[in-house]
Amino acid sequence: MSKVSSELAAKLKQSTEFNAEACYHCGTCTALCPMGYEVLPRKLFREAMLGLEEKVKARIPEIYQCLLCRMCEENCPQDVHIAENVRYLRNLINKEEMNLIK
Amino acid sequence: MPLPIAPILGILADNIKQRGSVLPISKKASTGWAKGLNLPKGGDTVIYTGQMYQLIPAIDAMSKQMAMFEESPITKLFGLGRFANKIINLSFFMSLMASKDMKVENNRILKNITGLLKKTGVEFGYLYEDDMYSGALIYDEGLDEIFVPHAKKVFEKLKKNGVKKIITVDPHTTNMMRDIYPKVVPGYDIEVQSYMEVLAEKAPEVLKQCNKELVIHDSCVYARYENMVDQPRELLKNAGIDIKLPELSGKSTHCCGGPIEALFPKKAHEIAGNRIEQLSEEGKDIVTMCPICLVNLRKAAKGKDCQLKDISDTLADAYL
Repeated sequence: MSKVSSELAAKLKQSTEFNAEACYHCGTCTALCPMGYEVLPRKLFREAMLGLEEKVKARIPEIYQCLLCRMCEENCPQDVHIAENVRYLRNLINKEEMNLIK
Repeated sequence: MPLPIAPILGILADNIKQRGSVLPISKKASTGWAKGLNLPKGGDTVIYTGQMYQLIPAIDAMSKQMAMFEESPITKLFGLGRFANKIINLSFFMSLMASKDMKVENNRILKNITGLLKKTGVEFGYLYEDDMYSGALIYDEGLDEIFVPHAKKVFEKLKKNGVKKIITVDPHTTNMMRDIYPKVVPGYDIEVQSYMEVLAEKAPEVLKQCNKELVIHDSCVYARYENMVDQPRELLKNAGIDIKLPELSGKSTHCCGGPIEALFPKKAHEIAGNRIEQLSEEGKDIVTMCPICLVNLRKAAKGKDCQLKDISDTLADAYL
């Protein structure tokens, strides 16, 4: 069973930078990703929006492996700002998990 | 064992905070290329390198080192390395290990670009030691709280030197200073144009038709972030180049792998290898327009029947 963090879910909901609500899971991003990761980015965003903190933490390598090349974003039918969303998650992890911002 | 993310990002962040660059290099390494070019310091318009081409030899030396560490237990000591780097400028030693040939090539590229710009009649200066790194890598890694104060410092230097417009030479600096700085630096009012946009606009005379085939590798940042696809094609076409394009090109270009080189060198090499396969199917001579693409793809092309060059070398052959 996954533990839900309502704090994470609320943070993403309130953010003006993170926006994946329009995603309807067509899978175009997954099909085009040069990294070939099945998780990036739609599953990851869904987990993050649901506040599944442990699942997001388990995806840390993939989150930093994103090339930010925007191949997915260029072809996203819903205009989700995928690269910016990944950067937003990195920023959260840098602050809250890695303690890099002091 | 994969490279540890936190200490590496920590070292990059500390370097930016303490030394103004992700990988500090000497004044000679960053401004030496302009020696003898008589570029005035500052002015309304300046060529802005953001130190990207100059940093590449040091970054390459570091990533070779990192790739060796990737599978070794030494990764456990990276936390200690970060601590030491705060006191002694450890990363500076990496720049001492940089390849001399690469330094010569990158200096030549910047000289070529300066020559091409001079030919358009545009008057411009250079900021020398005030030509600072834009902070692209720490921004990409989501270190926003470290990036924003750095961006403000960069803007202050531009203002101090009376700069109103910068002409950039690489995609990452172009994107940072054209699209990201206005969002995070209050009052930011610098006009930004890439040198290829200036050249395409001014259309300088071609002195020598090159009459050869070249395969273009588009940069993701130029093509998808900056919508800059036509200018390099126009400039090469006017120079008599028969342009060959891989299936994934223009707005659908494929990444070189470079953005993850610092943290995941093996994976970066794999992505570069995939791209080299695609490019070499179209021809042997490939041009890039980003220093990161050039160094990454070239590594993956080792032992393959193809050569990579920066686009400015071809433009210099035809226009200068």
